Amino acid sequence: MILLQLAADGLLLGAVYALFSSGLTLIWGMMNVINFAHGDFVMLAMYVAFFAFTLLKIGPIFFVPLAAMALFGLGVLVYVALVRHVMRGPMLAQILSTFGLALFLRYAALWAFSANFVSLPDNLVGGVYQLGGIRLSASHLLAGGTALVLTLGMHLVLTRTDLGSRMLAVSEDRVAASLVGIRAERMQALAWGLGAAATGVAGGLIVLFFYVSPEVGNAFTLLAFVTVCLGGFGSVPGALIAGLLIGVIESFSAYWLGPATKDVVVFALFVVLLWVRPQGLLGRA
Amino acid sequence: MSEALLRVSKLAVHYGDLVGIAEVSFEVEEGAVVALLGANGAGKTTTLNALAGLVRASGGTILWRGERIEERSAHEIVARGIALAPEGWRLFVQQTVEQNLRLGATALAERARLAPLLERVFSLFPRLAERRRQSAGTLSGGERQMLAVGRALMSDPKLLMLDEPSLGLAPSVVDTMYETLGRLSAAGLTLLIAEQSMELALEIADRATVLQTGRTVLSGTAREIAENPDLHRAYLGAAF
Ligand SMILES: Nc1ncnc2c1ncn2[C@@H]1O[C@H](COP(=O)(O)OP(=O)(O)OP(=O)(O)O)[C@@H](O)[C@H]1O
Ligand SMILES: [Mg+2]
Repeated sequence: MILLQLAADGLLLGAVYALFSSGLTLIWGMMNVINFAHGDFVMLAMYVAFFAFTLLKIGPIFFVPLAAMALFGLGVLVYVALVRHVMRGPMLAQILSTFGLALFLRYAALWAFSANFVSLPDNLVGGVYQLGGIRLSASHLLAGGTALVLTLGMHLVLTRTDLGSRMLAVSEDRVAASLVGIRAERMQALAWGLGAAATGVAGGLIVLFFYVSPEVGNAFTLLAFVTVCLGGFGSVPGALIAGLLIGVIESFSAYWLGPATKDVVVFALFVVLLWVRPQGLLGRA
Repeated sequence: MSEALLRVSKLAVHYGDLVGIAEVSFEVEEGAVVALLGANGAGKTTTLNALAGLVRASGGTILWRGERIEERSAHEIVARGIALAPEGWRLFVQQTVEQNLRLGATALAERARLAPLLERVFSLFPRLAERRRQSAGTLSGGERQMLAVGRALMSDPKLLMLDEPSLGLAPSVVDTMYETLGRLSAAGLTLLIAEQSMELALEIADRATVLQTGRTVLSGTAREIAENPDLHRAYLGAAF
């Protein structure tokens, strides 16, 4: 029974990892740029949700979409003001620019919100459901379920709609895309918006059961990298499987080896897997 | 005299310090088939790419139905009714035949016209209809060429430009393609075809323009060009 319990906890958390990681993989897939500030986007979304609750007194039904919209705007802004310009520069400039953005966001948060850990009340989404002996907290169920649906939704939009087809066209061949009338820069801005909106939703969900501080972004950036590498760069289904897998591995290793070692196990397995299969689980060689 | 559909005057394109084309001038009348001829590196692709808005002109003008378009970007030009099946086709190989065709209709103002246009392409190229759910990356060379032309037709252009539709294809496939182009022309479509192989192009063309190292050296009716002794000199150094 404990195994099922651990697996269920891991899957619910893993779905949230999958959601924000699919944002990273989308941005990479569209323009081969790595967003080193991805975890800091999650951190900002958590603050948006936190302040929406404490100042505006609105619950998750409103603050999760609010965080998504705010981060969508931030993603588009980052593309228009920063990424669009450094894309023309050398590779190193591209890497350093989002790395610099990450530091900027972190220190801006430190300055604006102080280094204190804050969190929402535990019982904001209260209640525990029993399902055949497994205990599932309502907040984790809400977070995991929403994240799973949205990640699958993102995959469907990318593969089944004209919009997704246009985005893929830009990632395949920008010149050919412009030839058929697609505005490549709009699609790239949209990819940044959607990729950041995924962190917005994820942050709004994570804050239901996790503390916020300006430093939490670090851990999320690393998790997103591992997830995206593991799933294969540019693959949303890959990010989903990898996210769920990492959630479960974390859950088991935290139980057997103690919470402090769970990251060691995740990274060790990650290195081994990349050694065996460098393109990731669903990536193209 | 009636205004030509397309008038290219002293068009020049530079790639950094290198000259792509130096001075290209020609006209395309509505409903005509015009061949753009020249040896390797003469500037055919550069000319078509400049017309399509893929490369910026560094000099000269492009007049399309009375409007100057040399500063326009590619998505604006396809929306004005000029479509290009580019050199190397540049299909979206990770997507299906149907997705490629739907993408070709991106610039279409009325989405309701997408279905009839798709039907037109499928009736012109029944092979594409059979393979509509197949990934474009798995098509044969001839089928890729059909898809490239079909994709360009999906924007319902007034002028269809083709960059070496015969390149790398078996003679029978080329014949079929030129037959189809003849049918499109008979239906009123204006065509601008860049070809190295002049026999092929002159057979279908009403008029032709010959480029040599980035300059227009000859222009006239297809018959005049075919019989002009200077034509072969323009091709000097080419592989025939
Ligand atoms: N991207 C580029 N950068 C630099 N020079 C270029 C580029 N593209 C073309 N050129 C140069 O411009 C000139 C014209 O080339 P273009 O491709 O237009 O010729 P073409 O007539 O299409 O030849 P082909 O029959 O081989 O396709 C050539 O000298 C070529 O080397
Ligand atoms: Mg060429």
